[in-house]
Amino acid sequence: MEARERVQQSLRIRKKEGRIENSKNLEILKKGAKGLEISGLIILILIFGFPFLWMISTSLKSFSEIMIFPPKWIPDKLMFENYIRAWNSGPFLRYFFNSVLISISILILQFATMIPTAYAFARYEFKLKKLLFAITLLALMIPEQITFLPVYLQMSSWNLLRTYAPLILPFAASGFGVFLLRQTFMQVPDEIIEAARLDNASEWKIMWKIMMPMARPVLITFALFSFISQWNSYFWPLVMTNTQSLRTLPIGVAMLKDAEALTRWDTVMAGNMILIAPMLVIYFFAQKQIIKAFVYSGIK
Amino acid sequence: MANIYLQDITKKYENITVIKNLNLEIKDSSFTVLVGPSGCGKSTTLRMIAGLEKVNNGEIFIDGEEITHVNPGKRGVAMVFQNYALYPTMTVKENIEFGLKNNKISKEERESVIQEICDIVGLTEYLDRKPSNLSGGQRQRVALARAMVKRPKVFLMDEPLSNLDAKLRNQMRTELIQLHKKLGTTFVYVTHDQVEAMSMGDAIVVMDKGVIQHMANPVDLYNDPANIFTAQFIGAPPMNIIPGKKFFEESTYLGFRPEKVKLDSTSADNCLAMKGKILTREILGSETIYSIRTEVGDIKVKTIDSVFPEDIEIQLHIDYKHIYLFDVAGNRQRNLEKVKL
Repeated sequence: MEARERVQQSLRIRKKEGRIENSKNLEILKKGAKGLEISGLIILILIFGFPFLWMISTSLKSFSEIMIFPPKWIPDKLMFENYIRAWNSGPFLRYFFNSVLISISILILQFATMIPTAYAFARYEFKLKKLLFAITLLALMIPEQITFLPVYLQMSSWNLLRTYAPLILPFAASGFGVFLLRQTFMQVPDEIIEAARLDNASEWKIMWKIMMPMARPVLITFALFSFISQWNSYFWPLVMTNTQSLRTLPIGVAMLKDAEALTRWDTVMAGNMILIAPMLVIYFFAQKQIIKAFVYSGIK
Repeated sequence: MANIYLQDITKKYENITVIKNLNLEIKDSSFTVLVGPSGCGKSTTLRMIAGLEKVNNGEIFIDGEEITHVNPGKRGVAMVFQNYALYPTMTVKENIEFGLKNNKISKEERESVIQEICDIVGLTEYLDRKPSNLSGGQRQRVALARAMVKRPKVFLMDEPLSNLDAKLRNQMRTELIQLHKKLGTTFVYVTHDQVEAMSMGDAIVVMDKGVIQHMANPVDLYNDPANIFTAQFIGAPPMNIIPGKKFFEESTYLGFRPEKVKLDSTSADNCLAMKGKILTREILGSETIYSIRTEVGDIKVKTIDSVFPEDIEIQLHIDYKHIYLFDVAGNRQRNLEKVKL
């Protein structure tokens, strides 16, 4: 009897040890997985961050420091003059103004057209709704390399080539924006709108006071996407303009490279920094909203 | 405070008629419950009163006023939805205030009404929270408060308790009954749960396939059902329905409630007697439910008497006064009952 008990006890102890061993293994595995995750993230940060940091570094180097090998990350003397030189090498104030004017005008027009359109597509039944929506989506699929020629000819025949019109009007409506916002509006539960109707709210009020606040993260994200793509746009303004006074920052910065026989990388990078600075500021403030837009869901 | 009339209401979705020639009178300051299985048209009826569904034919009156084509916001009704339908971007206070603002109520009046109502439903300390930071019960209260501040003539409620857990549901049920007493306003309440209907309503409208099967107070509905559907829908377990021809020539069906069957008693006069074998039993504590196989089919028996073992033969007696007769269409044969029973 005693012997049996002893055997059982020792078995129990062994089992317990085994369990502890197992849980230890599991912990090691978990730690390993976490380690892999972190190192993966670090590699990603390096891939995306390296060119960016290189740009900052180069923009602050003296010309002689750029070419040395092995390369240096932190220059001996921070050459802020590069920025001044870049800014003064062309009508940069004009470029900057044009970029701001065009990007913001487009954004305002896009909002003005896409909010009612998306609302109608999401909430009303009307004839040819499906066909019209398909056409809207088509606009999203055709690249500007296909449309620029007809648009150019059209603008030319209307005598609008030497104005801002060809830079702004073709982007006044966004198929992508309509699509994105329509999906958001469709996710709003019917009961919320019905509750608002019972609260004696007009259609207009339902759109502004109920739907728009619920779509806020999506609107901000779209604004960001739109602004960034317009701000960085190079091809379209290059094709559509032939005077300095209408050109935008990306073209100005690109011209820095061609200005002299020997490319002044320090100046070019300083110009690039000027180009992206507004983006960084905006992204810094809108981070939370962007994340929200992708994980947003109404309450049950 | 108002009564509601629905007159010859027909509702179609595309080509399918879901409600045909419905006539219904909901009395002033009653707690009327529309109950029935899903798809019976109870929610559609409620939504037509609210103005959220268009009526294809017929007229609706609230407080004697024809409102068939009046906008939902101008009918003097307030509604509580199953999923609360709170505005997620607004605080509790803004949620409650929204309707008042739309009705151009002055700020001082708004403040005092909100204060008063929030004291009643216990929301005062949550006024600045967003709905996402509230529990299910609190959201329900916000929905109620939002309806109450408008001082509507009619409260419409579409399964307002079905998203709550069992305990909270019981509590809110009691609170709603008290609220109805306090406000004295007409309540129209939709549910698929017959227990909820029986316990809350003072008038119950049993619906099936878009037709009103029976409208009565809870006692009459239970004791004097108009047809087999109502007889089986109200009460748990449902009324036993067996072929009637064997006992009464003119009746297709014969019904009796599981709780009216006497088990193993000595034979008496004026009783329907039959033999059966106990198949299963469910002991619920205070009562026991038996499933018994008889020569006319399986029946349910609910009793608070002594517990019998399974698989025994047993004698059943049902007093004639507890027996209901139905014709081939399932309608009560009250005249026949008077003669025969």
